[in-house]
Amino acid sequence: MLARAVTHALVGLEARPVEVEAHLQRGVPAFAIVGLPDKACQEAKERVRSGITSAELEWPLRRITVNLAPAGLRKEGSGYDLPIALAVLAASHQIPPESLQGHAAVGELGLDGRLRPVPGAIVAAEAARRAGLPRLLCPLESAPEAALAGIEAVPLRHLAEAGAFLRGRFRPDAVQPATARSNGAAPDLADVRGQERGRRALEIVAAGRHNLLLAGPPGTGKTMLARRLPALLPPLSLDQALEVTRIHSVVGVLSAAHPLVDRPPFRAPHHTASAAAVVGGGPGPRPGEVSLAHHGVLLLDELPEFHRPVLEALRQPLEDGVVAVVRVGGQAIFPARFVLVGTMNLCPCGARGDPAVECTCSPQRLAAYGRKLSRALLDRFDLVVHMPRPRGRELDSTPGEASAAVRDRVEPAAERLRERRPRLGTEARELLVRAVDTLPLSGRGRARVARVAATVAALADAETIDAQHVAEALSYRAPPELTT
Amino acid sequence: MTFPTVSRGGPGYPPLLTELHDPPARLYLRGGPPKILARTSVAIVGARSCSPYGVQVARELARELAGAGVVVVSGLARGVDGEAHRGALAAGGLTVAVLGCGIDRDYPKAHAELARRISESGLVVSEYPPGVEPSPWRFPARNRLVAGLATATVVVEARRRSGALITADFALELGRDVFAVPGEITSGLSEGTNDLIRQGATPLLGAADVLEALGIEPEPPVIVPTSLSPEAENVWSALRAGAMTLDEISRTAGIGAAEVAVALTELELAGLVVGADGIYRARTPPPGRGPPPYGA
Repeated sequence: MLARAVTHALVGLEARPVEVEAHLQRGVPAFAIVGLPDKACQEAKERVRSGITSAELEWPLRRITVNLAPAGLRKEGSGYDLPIALAVLAASHQIPPESLQGHAAVGELGLDGRLRPVPGAIVAAEAARRAGLPRLLCPLESAPEAALAGIEAVPLRHLAEAGAFLRGRFRPDAVQPATARSNGAAPDLADVRGQERGRRALEIVAAGRHNLLLAGPPGTGKTMLARRLPALLPPLSLDQALEVTRIHSVVGVLSAAHPLVDRPPFRAPHHTASAAAVVGGGPGPRPGEVSLAHHGVLLLDELPEFHRPVLEALRQPLEDGVVAVVRVGGQAIFPARFVLVGTMNLCPCGARGDPAVECTCSPQRLAAYGRKLSRALLDRFDLVVHMPRPRGRELDSTPGEASAAVRDRVEPAAERLRERRPRLGTEARELLVRAVDTLPLSGRGRARVARVAATVAALADAETIDAQHVAEALSYRAPPELTT
Repeated sequence: MTFPTVSRGGPGYPPLLTELHDPPARLYLRGGPPKILARTSVAIVGARSCSPYGVQVARELARELAGAGVVVVSGLARGVDGEAHRGALAAGGLTVAVLGCGIDRDYPKAHAELARRISESGLVVSEYPPGVEPSPWRFPARNRLVAGLATATVVVEARRRSGALITADFALELGRDVFAVPGEITSGLSEGTNDLIRQGATPLLGAADVLEALGIEPEPPVIVPTSLSPEAENVWSALRAGAMTLDEISRTAGIGAAEVAVALTELELAGLVVGADGIYRARTPPPGRGPPPYGA
């Protein structure tokens, strides 16, 4: 007896259809899964056997072979549990085999037959919709996420419910796609006292989506400021939100309460992170932190502490907005268009730039510290802002402007930059020429200054870039002590 | 590769050097003509790990002295030495680097490019033949040549046991002028220089002091251009009271951070202000006062 169920395998951010065939033969009772399953998928045997028994269904005492087709595609993870169980139940006529037509299924089984959510439900749901399947059987927790794909998600708590549904004896409540705005309280700029320079830089960064490097001694609020950037960015459009949700779903970091990521994401990997963790990778390529930060902010705290290969690997996404991960098993392209914020001390001991302490770094250590950041990477930062230690009086000042007020200026400026980018005026052009002659400023540096000046002009609601916009932009150029 | 040499008693041997009690038998040269060594010169030396203040003073001083036609002598080390060479080159002046290793070596490696630029117009000299490795005991000997080649010696920043003080000692033994740049009494990097002043070295308040001692007419002091915008004027006068961060300028001058940034760029391009590590300083210390301390 043969029965089929349909599910999907994740390949990067795509889902490929996989047919789950279960064949029951006479012979010594046995259970084999073929079709290139990985360890987690191979272990489905035990979960499926216990799950079916716990659902008060019968485990057929036959020689059972499950084939996952196409057999050449690697199958990873525990999402095959539900389709395997359903195929076995259909092959043993405990559910009508034809009832599986028109359904895709995904989900992990517990030994008690309960269904657990798995990563990538939204991607599987989209693939099912494209394949013309009207319904996706999935765990209850994954249903709102799957419903975002515009498919009927059938929320199931238990394998018994799945059986009952397919026999037509159970009708779960319809699921609404997750649309409610996730108003998770992002940290507000009002918490930052003083730091007018840093605030202004943050506003420019938010409006023009520039990359920002914050440099200064420890404890001056570099990280605190960086964490407040996402709140200044406008909310994501639905398309952008779906794109980000897909990535977060595949990696399995989606929150069950707010499955739709509609605020710009904020990611801050630790400096011990590997290159694969940051830019993506692994045998079946998985998106990395840069893709999780797509349309949002990637904070690299203590930038020079990151491994050199990690920093160099960032150059492709910074340039192209995508990451191409090539593995023996295939290639995956992940979107990665993010605002990069880096923080660093001015020297290894951290005392430089702090008048209260004396730097104890030897010239050699200092030089080695500077060498960790390549010219090529430093060139990607449009704004470099020093954050010296604030005085006591400054910390005692009244709270600053709130994020919402800044966002009200940022949004029209971003709009202007999209529609009609301000052009360089004559005076601005002359000032740039003078700056290149007088200051240590390279051709690339000049282009960066012009870009930032355009944003400054847009924030001032000006049609042309004036000398004063260029002058302000020049003050954010990389200082010579970082570039030599 | 062979290097030209000048021998003791032979033509081109710097006359000042013969005043040493152990002048080297020969000097190896790399770069310009040996007669550079006979010109009026000032040694600028100091700590390798110096503060932004030391960097600024060394560079400015070298620029002004080189601009007035004085040859700047130093030891090609990191920190103050390197800045002194750079300052002289920036002014289009001549500079001499004295090595503590073989003439063909560039030590430290990071200054290889600097050494090349120095040798384009000025000179790199050493008493050691090609192939001699740098070793710690050779540096005091190198310092004796730095002091011996220069008419006067300026110590910019030095800790209590700095090699720059050895150079100052050699200069004192030779009866040459020794200047020390005063620093904050709380800064370890100025302990050595402040101590020199207590012992009788002349406190250096500007390049004019050195030029006067050498009998050279100093250049007229920096005059603030009258065309500054009101904001820049405001920021400039705030900075003359002491070095400040941008946020502090903003508060002192009572204008927003964006406007301060505009004004600072204007002042930087006019050559009136320099910024390092996020702290901005007025470029020329007001006459009759020490350098503005950060945190006054």
